[in-house]
Amino acid sequence: MTGAHAADSLAPLEAEPGSPTGEGGGEAPGVKRPAGGAPVVLRFAPLPEHVRTARLVAVALARRVGVEDGLLDEVRLAVGEACSRAVGLHRSAAPNVPIVVHLDDGRERFGVEVVDAVSGGPVPKPEDEGSAERSGSDSGFGEDGGADMGLAVLRGLVDDLEVELTSSGGVIRMGWPVAAPHWAG
Amino acid sequence: MDLNLSTRHEGDRTVIEVGGEIDVYTAPKLREQLVDLVNQGRYHLVVDMEAVDFLDSTGLGVLVGGLKRVRAHDGSLRLVCTQERILKIFRITGLTKVFPIHTTVEDAIAATD
Repeated sequence: MTGAHAADSLAPLEAEPGSPTGEGGGEAPGVKRPAGGAPVVLRFAPLPEHVRTARLVAVALARRVGVEDGLLDEVRLAVGEACSRAVGLHRSAAPNVPIVVHLDDGRERFGVEVVDAVSGGPVPKPEDEGSAERSGSDSGFGEDGGADMGLAVLRGLVDDLEVELTSSGGVIRMGWPVAAPHWAG
Repeated sequence: MDLNLSTRHEGDRTVIEVGGEIDVYTAPKLREQLVDLVNQGRYHLVVDMEAVDFLDSTGLGVLVGGLKRVRAHDGSLRLVCTQERILKIFRITGLTKVFPIHTTVEDAIAATD
């Protein structure tokens, strides 16, 4: 992919239609806009190389709003996992539909929502080893090959986590406390 | 940060030094390396992860795939890792029970099943 293409397909938006409530405006149903000051929204093509950029943006914003340093690795991994999962789902079922990430710099909580537009449950990621290699009995991820390792990591990692799957897509909501708000000092 | 890979042979053991980020974008490169080594008949692998800055579930999947490949040839795949943030991911997923994890490359090379 070219740099120009990358720039086009990873476009932070100035505002979402209907914000801050976030209802409507073409978003997936069920997306709730958390209350906050100045949310950042990323919309990017479902390409693996963009996941890293989303991670970097999330960590930069988390640091800026005052999430404690000890949690930044968790933010980085969790946002990466959620975005990787969304990329996998879209590449399998909706390769032309962008993934949307909402990052909200709330006063007491840094909230992240990763929205995919693929209905149904987890779909094996194209870049993974494949379901056969992930289903070994000694790997602890089940025999059916349908287990989602990314969700397993998220559930083990993030205390403030909500996963919503609907007929029109899925939303992973995560949050971390803001320990030292940037606006307080 | 990209993924950096280098390999060296120590007897029948092959040490793969991994540096950088193992994620959905870079994991295919690691998978290709592991597959190549197995295809070359290298069935006892030591993956040195001390220089890994980031690991996600896609990377875990590649390591599990590598383990299954070498085990099909009665081989082994051992990890070297002392970084807490990386070890945490193995603990969360229960993979500490699947992979032998060593603190030094020397220990991993000397270990036997």
